[in-house]
Amino acid sequence: MSSLQDYLLLSSLLFSIGFAGALIRRNAILVLVGIELMLNAANLNFIAFWRYGPAPAALTGIMFTIFSISIAAAEAAVGLGIILAVYRHFRTTDLNLMNSLKG
Amino acid sequence: MTWIVPNLWLVPALPMLAAAIGALLRRRGRIAAATLAIGSMAVSFLLSICALLQVLANRSGGQILTFNFRWFQFGNEWLKLGWMLDPLTAIMLVMVTFVGLLIFIYSVGYMAHDENFTRFFCFMALFAGAMLGVVISNSLLLLFMCWEIVGLTSYLLIGFWYNKPEAAAAAKKAFITTRIGDLAFLLGMVWLYAKTGTLLFYDGGAGCLEHSALTQLVAQSTAIGLAASTGIALLIFCGAAGKSGQVPLHVWLPDAMEGPTPVSALIHAATMVAAGVFLIARIYPLMSAHAGAALTPTVALQVVTWVGAITALFAALIAVAQFDIKRILAYSTISQLGYMMMGLGVGGVAVGMFHLITHAFFKSLLFLGAGSVIHGCNGEQDIRRMGGLRRLMPITFAAYAVGMLALCGFPLLFSGFWSKDDILRSALTWSVSRVPFYMGAFGALLTAFYMTRQVFYVFGGSSRLAEPSRDLLHNSHATGPAHASALPRESPAVMTVPLVILAAFAMLLGFIGTPAWPWFQSFLDGTHTTFAFSAFSGLNILPVMISSSLLVFCGLGLGWAFYGHKPIESSQASDPLNTIQPSIFSFLGHAFYVDTLYSATIIRWNTGCSRVCDWLDRWVWNGVVQTVSYFVVGIAHLDDFFDTSIVNSGFDEGCQGVSRSGQILSLLQDGQVQSYMRIIGCALIVLVIFLLWGAKV
Repeated sequence: MSSLQDYLLLSSLLFSIGFAGALIRRNAILVLVGIELMLNAANLNFIAFWRYGPAPAALTGIMFTIFSISIAAAEAAVGLGIILAVYRHFRTTDLNLMNSLKG
Repeated sequence: MTWIVPNLWLVPALPMLAAAIGALLRRRGRIAAATLAIGSMAVSFLLSICALLQVLANRSGGQILTFNFRWFQFGNEWLKLGWMLDPLTAIMLVMVTFVGLLIFIYSVGYMAHDENFTRFFCFMALFAGAMLGVVISNSLLLLFMCWEIVGLTSYLLIGFWYNKPEAAAAAKKAFITTRIGDLAFLLGMVWLYAKTGTLLFYDGGAGCLEHSALTQLVAQSTAIGLAASTGIALLIFCGAAGKSGQVPLHVWLPDAMEGPTPVSALIHAATMVAAGVFLIARIYPLMSAHAGAALTPTVALQVVTWVGAITALFAALIAVAQFDIKRILAYSTISQLGYMMMGLGVGGVAVGMFHLITHAFFKSLLFLGAGSVIHGCNGEQDIRRMGGLRRLMPITFAAYAVGMLALCGFPLLFSGFWSKDDILRSALTWSVSRVPFYMGAFGALLTAFYMTRQVFYVFGGSSRLAEPSRDLLHNSHATGPAHASALPRESPAVMTVPLVILAAFAMLLGFIGTPAWPWFQSFLDGTHTTFAFSAFSGLNILPVMISSSLLVFCGLGLGWAFYGHKPIESSQASDPLNTIQPSIFSFLGHAFYVDTLYSATIIRWNTGCSRVCDWLDRWVWNGVVQTVSYFVVGIAHLDDFFDTSIVNSGFDEGCQGVSRSGQILSLLQDGQVQSYMRIIGCALIVLVIFLLWGAKV
C-alpha cells in the first residue's frame, strides 16, 4: 500500500509538469493542456486527502472531484472558445505574439 | 379737496415721468416729446390749481398740511421725508407750472429748427419736476436733493449747444459756482441735523422749523458767539446765494445766457434762480429766530438784507453798460434777485415772495420777448446791431414794452411797481440802517434807465442788422436758430401767444398786493384783509410811492435823453455814456472786473494749487511709487532666479526620477500572459519555501 505522501508527491509532480508546460509552451492549446494537468493534480489531492482523511466512508472526495472535473470540462470549453476567437483575430496561437494586455 | 395733500407728489412726479419717457425717445420723436412735456406740465398746473384752492379753503384753519413718510432706518432712528402744502408752496406751484407751461409752448416755436428737440424737452421736463420737488418738499434733505437735480438740469441746459466752447465753459462755470454755495448748504444741513435730529420742516411740533427746535437752536451758541441758529441760517444762505446769483457768487448767471433763450427765461429768470429766495422764505422761521423778544432783526436777516441790497445795486450798475440783449436781462435778473433777498431781509416772507412772483412773470416775458427778437434777427444778440423792430415785430414790441415797464416799476398799472414799492417801503422802516433803502432806490433808477436804453437800442430807430459785424466775437451765434431772410420779421403765433398771456399777467398781477388790498401778503401770513383805499394814507405809503415813481420817471427820462432823443445812427457809433465817461463805462462794461478778479485770485490760486499737486504727484508720489515698484520688480527677479534654478531643477529632477522608475516598472507589464504566470510561479515557490522553513522551525 502506498501512503498519502506518495500520492502527494505524484500530484506535486503532475502540478509541476503542468505548470512548466503552461509557462514554457508557446502554443496556446498546449498551455491549456498544462493547465488541465494542474487541475488534475488538484483532483488527485482531493481524492488522496479524502482516502486518508478522518471519514473515508463518506463519498465527499469523489463528489468534489466529479464537480471539479465537470467544471474543468466547462472551463476547457470556454478556454478553447477563447483560443479559437484569438486565433481568428490574430491568425496565430503563438502566445509570444500576443501582447495586447500591455495596453 | 383734502385728497390733494397725500397726492401732491404727483405734481413733480408727472414732469419727471415725462422726462424719463422723453429720454428714451428717439431723435425723431419730436411731437411725442413736446406733447409729453407740455401735457405733463398742464396736468401739474391743474393739480397746482387744486392745491391752491385747497389752501384757500383751509385758510381759516391756519395749519400747515403735511404728509410725512419714513424713508429708511439707521440705528434707532427713522429718516423721514415728506411734502407740505402751505400758501407759499401753493403760490410757487401755480407760478412755476403756469410760467413753465407757457415757456414749454413757446419753446416749440423757438426750438423748432434744433435737431436735439427731444433732448431739450426731456431736460426741460426734468427741470420742471425737480423745481416742483423743491417747492413741495417738507424736508430739507428732499429739498436739497431736488435742488441738486435743478442744478444738474441747469448745467445740462446751459451747455445744451455743447458744440459752442462758450456754452460748455458757461455750463461748467454755473455748475461749479453754485456748487460752492451748495457745499455750505450741505454743511448747514448736517449741522442742523446734528442739533435737532430732524430735517423735516413741520412734523406736528417735532420739525426743525417749529417752536421747540428753534428755541433749542437759539439757546446754543458756537465758538464765535453766534447762536447755532444763526450759523446754520448763514450756511444755508450761502447755498441760496449761489443759486440766486447773489454777490459774490453771481458770476455764473450772465454766462448762463449761452443756453437757449427759453432756458434763460424758465431757469435763469423765473424759477431756478428764485429757488434761493424761496429757500430763504421757507426757512424764514429759522432765519428770524430770536432769543426772547429782540427788537433788532437777527444777524442772519441782516446779512441777507445787505447782500441783497449790494447785489441789487451792483448788478444794476453793470447792466447799464452791456450790449448783449440777454446779458442785460441777466444782470437785471441778478439785481431783482437782490431786491427779493432785501425784501425778505427787511420785510419778511410776503414782501420778498410778492416780488418773486411778479418778477417771474415779467422777467420770463422779457426773456421770451428777447428770444423772439433773437429769433427774428437770425440769432443776433448784440443790441447795437438791432433797431427798428418796433414796426417789424409789433406784437413782440408791445409785449416787451409791458415787461420793461413792469420791470422798471412804472407807477400804478404794472405789477413791478407794487412789489418793488413794498420792498422799498419795508427798507425805509428797517431798524438797522437806511442805507439799503437808498441803494434800492438808486437801483430802481438805474433799472428804469438801462431798460429804456435797451428798448431804444432794440426797437427804436432803423434796422442796423445789415451792417457788418462789429467784431468777430459776436459771431458766436452760428448754432442758434438761423433763417435765410435778412430782414427781421414777427415770430409765429406759438411764440407770440405766450408773450401776450405773460404780458397780461405782468400788468394785472400787481393788483393782488397793493397797499389798498394786500391780498397776497395776507394770504401768505394767514390773516384776513379787506379792500380799503384809506390804507394808502398809512405810514410812509404815499411818500414812498411818489418818490419811487419820481425815480422811475427820472430813469425813463434819462434813458430817453441819452438814447431816444437822437436815434442811434449806426452799429459802429459809440454809446453816448461811453462818450461822456469812457473809463467808468468800460469799468461797468467789464462787470467791475469781477471775473478778472476771480481769475487773478481764486482761479490763479486754484491753478497754483493744482500745479503744486501736479508737481507733488509727478515727482514725489510718483517717485515713491516708482521706488516701491522697482523694489517689487527686484524681488520678483530674485524670486524668478530662485524658481528657475533651485525649485524648478529640483522638481525637474524629481519628475525625471519618477518617470525613469516608471519606465523600469513598465517593463514588468509586457502583455505576455506567460511572464505574468512566471511571476506567480516564482511567488508560489517563495511561498512554499517560506512555509516549509516555518514548518521546520
